[in-house]
Amino acid sequence: MTWSRLDHEIIASFVPTKAKVLDLGCGQGDLLSGLIKTKTVKGVGIELEEINIYFCVQKGVSVYHGDLETGLGGYGDKAFEVVILSNSLQEIRNFDLVLREALRVGRRVIVSFPNLAYWQARVDLFFRGRSPVTKSLPNSWHNSPNVHFFSIKDFIEYSRKEKINVLDSVFIKDQSQISLWPNWRAQSAVFVLDKLADNEELVSSPIFFAGSGI
Amino acid sequence: MTTVLIADESVPLVLESGQSFYPVEVVYEAYGHLNEAKSNVILLEHAFSGDAHAAGDEIDPGWWQELIGPGKAFDTDIYYVLCSNVLGGCKGTTGPSSLNPRTKLPYGASFPIITISDMVEVQRRLLDHLKIKVLLAVAGGSMGGMLALQWAAKYPHRLRAVIPIATTLKHSPQQIAFNEVARQAITSDLSWKDGQYEQDKQPERGLALARMIGHITYMSEASMEAKFARKKKTIPLGFGQKFAFEVESYLLYRGESFVKRFDANSYLYLTRAMDEFNLAGDCLFANGPLSDVHFLVISFKSDWLYPSAQSQEIVRRLVSQNVDVTYCEISSTYGHDAFLIETKEQIHLIKHFLEKVARA
Repeated sequence: MTWSRLDHEIIASFVPTKAKVLDLGCGQGDLLSGLIKTKTVKGVGIELEEINIYFCVQKGVSVYHGDLETGLGGYGDKAFEVVILSNSLQEIRNFDLVLREALRVGRRVIVSFPNLAYWQARVDLFFRGRSPVTKSLPNSWHNSPNVHFFSIKDFIEYSRKEKINVLDSVFIKDQSQISLWPNWRAQSAVFVLDKLADNEELVSSPIFFAGSGI
Repeated sequence: MTTVLIADESVPLVLESGQSFYPVEVVYEAYGHLNEAKSNVILLEHAFSGDAHAAGDEIDPGWWQELIGPGKAFDTDIYYVLCSNVLGGCKGTTGPSSLNPRTKLPYGASFPIITISDMVEVQRRLLDHLKIKVLLAVAGGSMGGMLALQWAAKYPHRLRAVIPIATTLKHSPQQIAFNEVARQAITSDLSWKDGQYEQDKQPERGLALARMIGHITYMSEASMEAKFARKKKTIPLGFGQKFAFEVESYLLYRGESFVKRFDANSYLYLTRAMDEFNLAGDCLFANGPLSDVHFLVISFKSDWLYPSAQSQEIVRRLVSQNVDVTYCEISSTYGHDAFLIETKEQIHLIKHFLEKVARA
């Protein structure tokens, strides 16, 4: 199977075969059904929109119709090998809680999100005085589902502050991967995370160097 | 409709109470064709006032008519669909209105106390009789959902999928309260005679009242508004009033028609069994893990009798034990009745879910 979306393909590359996967905000189940086909994962999604539940079930994807914002109480610690937040983190009001819960129930968490500091967004705001509209932030300010707007650099700093380990990262511009000056040049990013115990030290990885640029 | 004797003197039914009981006859209907491997069987569980007639024809449709048939959710081109009347009911399977062969009179209140688990046991014997070892799925709404859950708790190795709809692991005090008011309506009718009434002289007023209360709980404020508003119609109310609100006339009609088709003692026994049903805690997993069983749990947004929170609790219990579950809260305004009305969404969910289970 070839993936129609690069971000999905990148996320899939971090998912081990036959892994137990939880997809938070799984939408119509495209990523999960792709993972079931290519990686024979045991997957389940959580999705708020009723109409999307019907699409998921049609694709043979197990899905829970409900709100992430109230936490993942039913799931035990490290119940999943991988928890995915594909392009959903920026839409979640209770960002801290949901990411903390994702790191609790998953051994690893893969997140992807749009980068607010992409140069075109900066141009929109700095020179045109307008809220940015880009490929990864396609909606206007008044109809955007997003409630958090943050950059790659913001997320790296947040991870460090919250003692979240960044195991890997990939930056995307126009359906291709880039590595130079990602906070300036990338439209979106994929991070692989896990949570440090309180007494553990952060592993320093090349990403901190790359991300600390402009 | 077929009748099978599943318990007699030589193999009495041992009830959950410990009492041995016989004879027990069970009636069932079947749709579609049993495949050679007997691996395409789906058992449907009717709600508390339902019966084995889940599907029929245009003249005599079943209670889940739109979901059963060629190409439908329970596709009779693929599956062999069974539906049996529950133990304690009054639609053919042994219940309080059946004749006690020892006295040649109806059991009435001398019928033994029965539970949801006893009803499942009767169905298990029916399946043994039909030499069906494994169910592809068991599905049902309301009390039928309780039976489906009880199947999972009792015989996890004999089923591959469970579809509990608009149901719960246990009744809340509110649900018990409504049932108790309905029971009081029946038992305070003088015609009830401690349950030993003659079959053509049952406590009709009490039973009709019980059904009227039930119907209020099956609807929602929005569905009642849409159906009745404050419209009136001409019916004599008996105290000089000629015009009744349509909602009154509807409830009266529902009550009156119910007494023609249902037995008051069955009402008491079945509601008691529902109230006593309790699979909370780890009871769902009492006879083994459900790791090979797939669940599709469905609730309805406006159902305040069996609110979504109760279905979410079922899901929570299942995911805590790593059971595969899909859950959908369908946005209906029909209240608890929705599980018999909102067929389009259920057909979509059930059809694709069963396809997945059959593939697995």
